[in-house]
Amino acid sequence: MSRISDRFAALKAARRPGLIPFVTAGDPLPEATVALMHALVDAGADLLELGVPFSDPMADGPVIQHANERALAKGVGLGQVVAWVREFRARDAQTPVVLMGYLNPVEIRGVARFAAEANEAGVDGVLLVDCPVEEIATAAPLRAAGLEQIFLAAPTTDAARLERVVAEAQGFLYYVSFAGITGAAHLSTDSVRERVTALRARARTPVAVGFGVKDAATAATIAGFADAVVIGSALVDTLAGSADAAEAVRRAHAFLAPIRAALDAVPAGHAA
Amino acid sequence: MTTDFHTLPDAHGRFGAYGGVYVAETLMAPLAELTAAYERLRNDPDFIAEFEYDLKHYVGRPSPIYHAERLSRRVGGAQILLKREDLNHTGAHKINNTIGQALVAKHMGKRRIIAETGAGQHGVASATVCARLGIPCVVYMGAVDVERQAINVYRMKLLGAQVNPVHSGSKTLKDALNEALRDWVTNVHDTFYMIGTVAGPHPYPQMVRDFNAVVGREARAQMLEQYGRLPHALVACVGGGSNAIGLFHAFLNDADVAIYGAEAAGDGIATGRHAASLAAGRPGVLHGNRTYVLCDDDGQIIETHSVSAGLDYPGVGPEHAYLKDSGRAQYLGVTDDEALAAFHELARSEGILAALESSHAVAQGIKLARELPKDRLVLVNLSGRGDKDVHTIAAREGLSLI
Repeated sequence: MSRISDRFAALKAARRPGLIPFVTAGDPLPEATVALMHALVDAGADLLELGVPFSDPMADGPVIQHANERALAKGVGLGQVVAWVREFRARDAQTPVVLMGYLNPVEIRGVARFAAEANEAGVDGVLLVDCPVEEIATAAPLRAAGLEQIFLAAPTTDAARLERVVAEAQGFLYYVSFAGITGAAHLSTDSVRERVTALRARARTPVAVGFGVKDAATAATIAGFADAVVIGSALVDTLAGSADAAEAVRRAHAFLAPIRAALDAVPAGHAA
Repeated sequence: MTTDFHTLPDAHGRFGAYGGVYVAETLMAPLAELTAAYERLRNDPDFIAEFEYDLKHYVGRPSPIYHAERLSRRVGGAQILLKREDLNHTGAHKINNTIGQALVAKHMGKRRIIAETGAGQHGVASATVCARLGIPCVVYMGAVDVERQAINVYRMKLLGAQVNPVHSGSKTLKDALNEALRDWVTNVHDTFYMIGTVAGPHPYPQMVRDFNAVVGREARAQMLEQYGRLPHALVACVGGGSNAIGLFHAFLNDADVAIYGAEAAGDGIATGRHAASLAAGRPGVLHGNRTYVLCDDDGQIIETHSVSAGLDYPGVGPEHAYLKDSGRAQYLGVTDDEALAAFHELARSEGILAALESSHAVAQGIKLARELPKDRLVLVNLSGRGDKDVHTIAAREGLSLI
């Protein structure tokens, strides 16, 4: 069992929907990242997604693009992100951490070298946005080192490809709630419900839903039919402009705690 | 054992280790749809006839091969021949590709076209074919490029296109490409993404090459007809690499024809201010394909520099990456100053204003010709005309035209 599957098993046993906040590593301030990770766990996060800054985040909307630009301006790179996870692990051995980013930084570092470093630091999973299941050979060293490779499924994913994605998915399947970029506004929970319900019937892993989840009400609705909810852009936007790490931590807690409370008030999707 | 270069890419869109499909999940379905449509159309005689009709009657093909005799005499070496893509409608090779992709879009029933552009040539070529089809065209262009290519921005608007300045990242071509991909992912149901070079995910590197390959097919036949032999060498400028692969492709299996790509060395490769992805980059993944990229040790794509906006791109088409590694083609750097000198030399010796992009190829052609005997033939792709660049050239020389 892995930290990710342990966590989802525990959530299921407790009939509790999972909450997965996303922050871009190094934003709003490099010195805030590890403190933010702990604060998000304190506020009710079940799993953390940490964005690895990249110069060309082609699947991201303006909020996360700007977060990437701010982090890069402060010199944050892949090595630093892995080091922050190591630091986080010194105080938190349970909460799974998934790195989310693009292929080029990993390729340039060397996939095998990165996989060994990340595994040693306590990273649990890696989601490479621009590495679809067809290019899985590129990421083979991640699996070999014991990291779980998280895949996306989208509204445009057809049945034949979905079969392959489901077969290769490790940890959990990340369902992209609409065809668009992160943080866009037009999430229709009814159509998401239908698709996620169908997806969960076929998936061998839990299903988390993200892209466009902005507030507690949407999160609670999605939690009614998914195993977990991912919140990224709205959180990143909330943190932007924090004067120091303490303020970022306060903002993170104030943002996430009500969402946790709203999730806990609905019957968990995985109980369905 | 000789390689048959005409079998590439393979079914996965790979040219050896390069190419492929490295995009977010949402784009996999529209790319599969496009690949299937293109596979069907490229073997359809009616589609081919439609494409060739447009190339002849709308673009004005074939473009001539012109013997630059006076330039050749002044250089004092091999004979320099120019493939005159600058004489095409809209003034560059870019129209070959947009005519082809517009036909694909029409056959797929897409009602909206998006494109990215750097210098604006592909944007103009896209706006042109959209005007002809009567469908909306949205062009993404880095805010920095919008500033420095004002004439092309206005041309696109005159043709009815909407130009969206891109303010993210370095505000240049690569960011325009990111933004176009974001638009596409959001509007996949009705939108056709018209990529302007032989980069991007499969099938774009193949499809854009195929539409530009008319350049080399014509040139090969023209050489045999006019000179009774193939050239000793081909030269073309390489940014993304569409005019270059267009010229090279028909000659790839002619082992006796040497192939040279001229990359933008900007202020000089040693200064770090350049756009020579093949000469000075390393294999990585950018904009949906594995290829040579210019990036730092953290894998962050770095800003490029070239006097020519059309060569100012930190990646390069994956087929060029393959041709470099296989040794079939050589890629050399030409600096801003060398390109400008070649621009002036061609203007004064032959009465032709070449685009700054193409001036890189002219510079490389001159260097090469100088080392060769007079009976050798060097064929240079004059990929575009230079009218769009007169402001840039005047500014570099301290002149204001207004």
